[in-house]
Amino acid sequence: MAKLHSKINTRSEEFAANLAHMQEQVDDLTLTLEKIKQGGGEKYQQRHLARGKLLPRDRVYQLLDPGSPFLEFSQLAAFNVYDDYVPAAGIITGIGRVNGQECVIIANDATVKGGTYYPLTVKKHLRAQTIAEENNLPCIYLVDSGGANLPNQDEVFPDKEHFGRIFFNQANMSAKNIPQIAAVMGSCTAGGAYVPAMADESIIVKEQGTIFLAGPPLVKAATGEVVSAEELGGADVHCRTSGVADHFAQNDQHALQLVRQAVGNLNRVKAGQLSIKAPSEPLYDGKEIYGVIPKDTRQPYDVREIIARVVDGSNFDEFKALYGTTLVCGFAHIHGYPVGIVANNGILFAESAQKGAHFIELCAQRKIPLVFLQNITGFMVGKQYESGGIAKHGAKMVTAVACAQVPKFTVLIGGSFGAGNYGMCGRAYDPRFMFMWPNARISVMGGEQAAGVLAQVKRDQKQKRDEQWSEQEEQAFKQPIIDEYEKQGHPYFASARLWDDGVIDPADTRQVLGLAISSSLNAKINDSRFGIFRM
Amino acid sequence: MFNKILIANRGEIACRVIATARKMGIKTVAVYSDADRQAMHVTLADEAIYIGAAPAKDSYLQPQKVIDAAIKTNAQAIHPGYGFLSENAEFCRLCQSHNIAFIGPPVAAIEAMGSKSAAKAIMEKANVPLVPGYHGDDQSEDLIKQHADAMGYPVLLKAAAGGGGKGMRQVWHEEEFSNALAAAKRESLAAFNDDIMLVEKYLTQPRHIEIQVFCDDFDNAVYLFERDCSVQRRHQKVIEEAPAPGLSEAVREKMGQAAIAAAKAIGYRGAGTVEFLYERDGSFYFMEMNTRLQVEHPVTEMITGQDLVEWQLRVAAGEALPVKQNALRINGHAFEARIYAEDPKQDFLPATGTLNFLKAPAENDHVRVDTGVRQGDEVSVYYDPMIAKLIVWDEDRDKALARLRQALKHYQIQGVTTNIDFLYNVASNPAFAQADVDTSFIDTHQSHLFNEHVGEIDALLPFAATYVLLKQKRCNQLLSSTNDPYSPWHNNNAWRANEKNLHRILLNIQSQSFEVEVEERREGDQQYYLVKCQAQTYDVQGQLLDDRLLITVNGHRRQLVVADQGLSFTLFFDQLGEQGALTCTQVMNDYNDANDDSSDNGLQAPMNGTLIATLVDIDETVTKGQALMIMEAMKMEHTIVAPSDGKVIEFYYHNGDMVDGGSPLLAFDNK
Repeated sequence: MAKLHSKINTRSEEFAANLAHMQEQVDDLTLTLEKIKQGGGEKYQQRHLARGKLLPRDRVYQLLDPGSPFLEFSQLAAFNVYDDYVPAAGIITGIGRVNGQECVIIANDATVKGGTYYPLTVKKHLRAQTIAEENNLPCIYLVDSGGANLPNQDEVFPDKEHFGRIFFNQANMSAKNIPQIAAVMGSCTAGGAYVPAMADESIIVKEQGTIFLAGPPLVKAATGEVVSAEELGGADVHCRTSGVADHFAQNDQHALQLVRQAVGNLNRVKAGQLSIKAPSEPLYDGKEIYGVIPKDTRQPYDVREIIARVVDGSNFDEFKALYGTTLVCGFAHIHGYPVGIVANNGILFAESAQKGAHFIELCAQRKIPLVFLQNITGFMVGKQYESGGIAKHGAKMVTAVACAQVPKFTVLIGGSFGAGNYGMCGRAYDPRFMFMWPNARISVMGGEQAAGVLAQVKRDQKQKRDEQWSEQEEQAFKQPIIDEYEKQGHPYFASARLWDDGVIDPADTRQVLGLAISSSLNAKINDSRFGIFRM
Repeated sequence: MFNKILIANRGEIACRVIATARKMGIKTVAVYSDADRQAMHVTLADEAIYIGAAPAKDSYLQPQKVIDAAIKTNAQAIHPGYGFLSENAEFCRLCQSHNIAFIGPPVAAIEAMGSKSAAKAIMEKANVPLVPGYHGDDQSEDLIKQHADAMGYPVLLKAAAGGGGKGMRQVWHEEEFSNALAAAKRESLAAFNDDIMLVEKYLTQPRHIEIQVFCDDFDNAVYLFERDCSVQRRHQKVIEEAPAPGLSEAVREKMGQAAIAAAKAIGYRGAGTVEFLYERDGSFYFMEMNTRLQVEHPVTEMITGQDLVEWQLRVAAGEALPVKQNALRINGHAFEARIYAEDPKQDFLPATGTLNFLKAPAENDHVRVDTGVRQGDEVSVYYDPMIAKLIVWDEDRDKALARLRQALKHYQIQGVTTNIDFLYNVASNPAFAQADVDTSFIDTHQSHLFNEHVGEIDALLPFAATYVLLKQKRCNQLLSSTNDPYSPWHNNNAWRANEKNLHRILLNIQSQSFEVEVEERREGDQQYYLVKCQAQTYDVQGQLLDDRLLITVNGHRRQLVVADQGLSFTLFFDQLGEQGALTCTQVMNDYNDANDDSSDNGLQAPMNGTLIATLVDIDETVTKGQALMIMEAMKMEHTIVAPSDGKVIEFYYHNGDMVDGGSPLLAFDNK
């Protein structure tokens, strides 16, 4: 294969400045997440521990095979969204290796508002289930939740993508032989009671886990019956009498051991679908990406510098290198897996869009997973381009992306604006996983452009009415728009709303992609059938 | 000389006898029980005959079966080794009647020394000095107690037929006398089928010094100097040495002559040992005479350059002693350490198990290892739990002791608990180095001898943690034999999103828990660990090659051997401080069944053994701590006591039943 040779001078001042700038953003991310990982905080954690329960993160980590990785999703979920403090939306989700098998793990954090479901908790839970379903990964639910968050019931309960969808997914995944395993390690009330009840196999912890449709207060209100939680729905009741749970665990550790045991009995084999090569590290350290990304986002750089720091041996066989050069396409390996890489190197023109469509078709045909490195301000605009049919050429690329059935992985490494987001496999195009770098920005267009467009409209209106609009007035009009776009385009804002699967350290990109690709191979890669390409 | 001999024994002594016989061109026949089908002595011998079930009473203690085996194989002589039939007069007589030479003393000598009280009477006549005591035939408790009261406490109760500490009890106060006598009688009855007891003044600071004697049929008798066996626990020898430190030539000769007098008084032939209690003032008292080859005979061989088994064979074949007294010289100094499967911390409770890992120090002119087991062998409940005898020699005591310490560090065993660390502590004890020993040495120096080197564990944690990670890595590589061989999910890097890659390893070492945090780091191509434990940080790189751990800690590169047994593993350090071996158990997150209410209330068999007595009736009300039943395991009694007030509902075993370790013994109602 062809080797990429970096032209970056890692000893230059510019590199150092870029590196410092990215380091700052990564540090901010780490710091922000450090607090989030403390869940509901010291007081609630102590209360949780005093009950003899493990903290949710410890539950997850102790469930995993020792030393194995954990690909956590949406750590920033619900960040600064609600008036309440709901770190990580009160739920930990991710993929981990349990008894040798990659599984999706969904663990409630009872230290956060009793583990109740806020709208984004539901969304994060459903997203994890979607990941499980698309990638054919067994689901493990570590349940410790009071159910729907009652003050927010209107945004949690009634709609299609609300609470009920959790059980719909469980039933349908089970139907597809995607195992559903639940361990009840705390309360599991009302709708939540269906998580273990709908599971293929369920475990409940003695004197901790309770499952009931209505808790003691509601029972008393409804029928006058006075009953303790343990009598109503404790481990003893459900393992000996009701049969709602299958395994009786003495404590959290025991429950986790029983989960591992259940996974050990799944009898699943990952099919070999790709021509895998022995992996090798890139020639350049992944951390150098910090210094590659210009501090000034408008300054262009060669995306091959990024590719060289992500792919095996920095080997990259480029496709149509001389044609449509603002889109870089080519074949490479990541952790031994063959991938087709589609990466922006400027604005999308007709040629680059057609080249992209062609390359995506190639990968779909050959069943090679696709990796999109998205840094796109949009398709080229203007009379010449519209008349050249930029819309139909862009549509070809969008069609190809939409219909390609190979696993797709998207990393937002810079801007993600307008239709460029579609052509480069934005969230709406069902990438199996989508991650953002801390420097990325996402919006329908850039803040400046949006403010410019809105100012232009305003100016036109004012002109019609013969009103004056000074430079200062226009600037005062534009600044809040720019600020709002900057705020809403920020990765934390995006990730808080689950527009992606998480913000990652750029230096971890290779690791994250490797884990994601490997996980995706649990599902069979289907044939692709494309819609009509407008010619 | 004989053409073929049978060895009526097992273990190291059978192997030891086979070695000499082979050297002399004599064919050997081994005997074996069910438990010993694959034993080392069986594979070493030219022939081997099966003689019965695993319990010794059904095989190695069956005189007729052994005789039959000898007849069947045309063996001309039988070497009894030590223990088993070695001091059994009936067996000796049976050999004679079948015209098979018994490689040992005449029947009369065995009988004369077989009863301790009779032996003392003979010695008294021969003017061999004796400890004050009562050795009479009248066994009434009152009379024995009167004698005890008269000589003043402490006194020592001994089985007249006994040896090896069985049926023996120290009594420190008058009020303990009655219980101690009953227990000693019970033990004696079980061990020797005889409960005649004798009582003696208990000397509080004596040394145990014994003289090796040898006699032939031509009235020749020599002594091969002494052995000091003062370091004892529960009257069993731990470390023996020759010569006895600080013994003057005059006393040595006096003791030698007394020993010869003792041997001659009973018309002795072959190898024998006369045991004395030696007081600091140079006085000594006859204790007993062992009419066999002793376990500790190698130290004598090392300092005299003689092969005592060869002597035994020559004398038994009718030859004269190969050398005269004046040709015997003491050359240098030798130690023997008995490596036992036992737990010194649990009062030397015998241990059983599989020798999963066994590496002895290399043998040479200075180091000798007498053993009867190999890696993979079982230390069973049926026989003595001795694994090996480690014998060292050098020009003087200090040098020999240094050799002993060095050799003990290189003795690497895993799978069963051993006394190696304890032996090492003895060998490195300053009082022992100065030969300031008596039979209470172990009690006196407890704090040092049972020291667990806790302070040093801290510095060893990086080694243990790194081993755990490297092993984990190795296990993870097994996952590679799937359709997804290079998956990053197989990595052992503990990768986390936006978080340090931390491994948390919990280790249990010497009953203490240690938490080690290891951060996995990479700098360019270099992968390394940052190990944090006990407020220290170490920079570590490691590599695992089979059972060798190549490890660099803070720039100090070294190699150590690791014996692995699942979650437990033992690191063997050659050069580091005092600690020879460190056994660690990785604590997994797994739920531990031991937390179950039902287990560990002390009503389980502590180890494999035989139930010998139930002490209460069903439904009888008992109080907490009251003895409920007695088990015999590894030739020692273990009392099972009530965990609380209550009553026994059912005994699951009856007298004489074999019980597996860990089995519930009885149902107990604590209400």
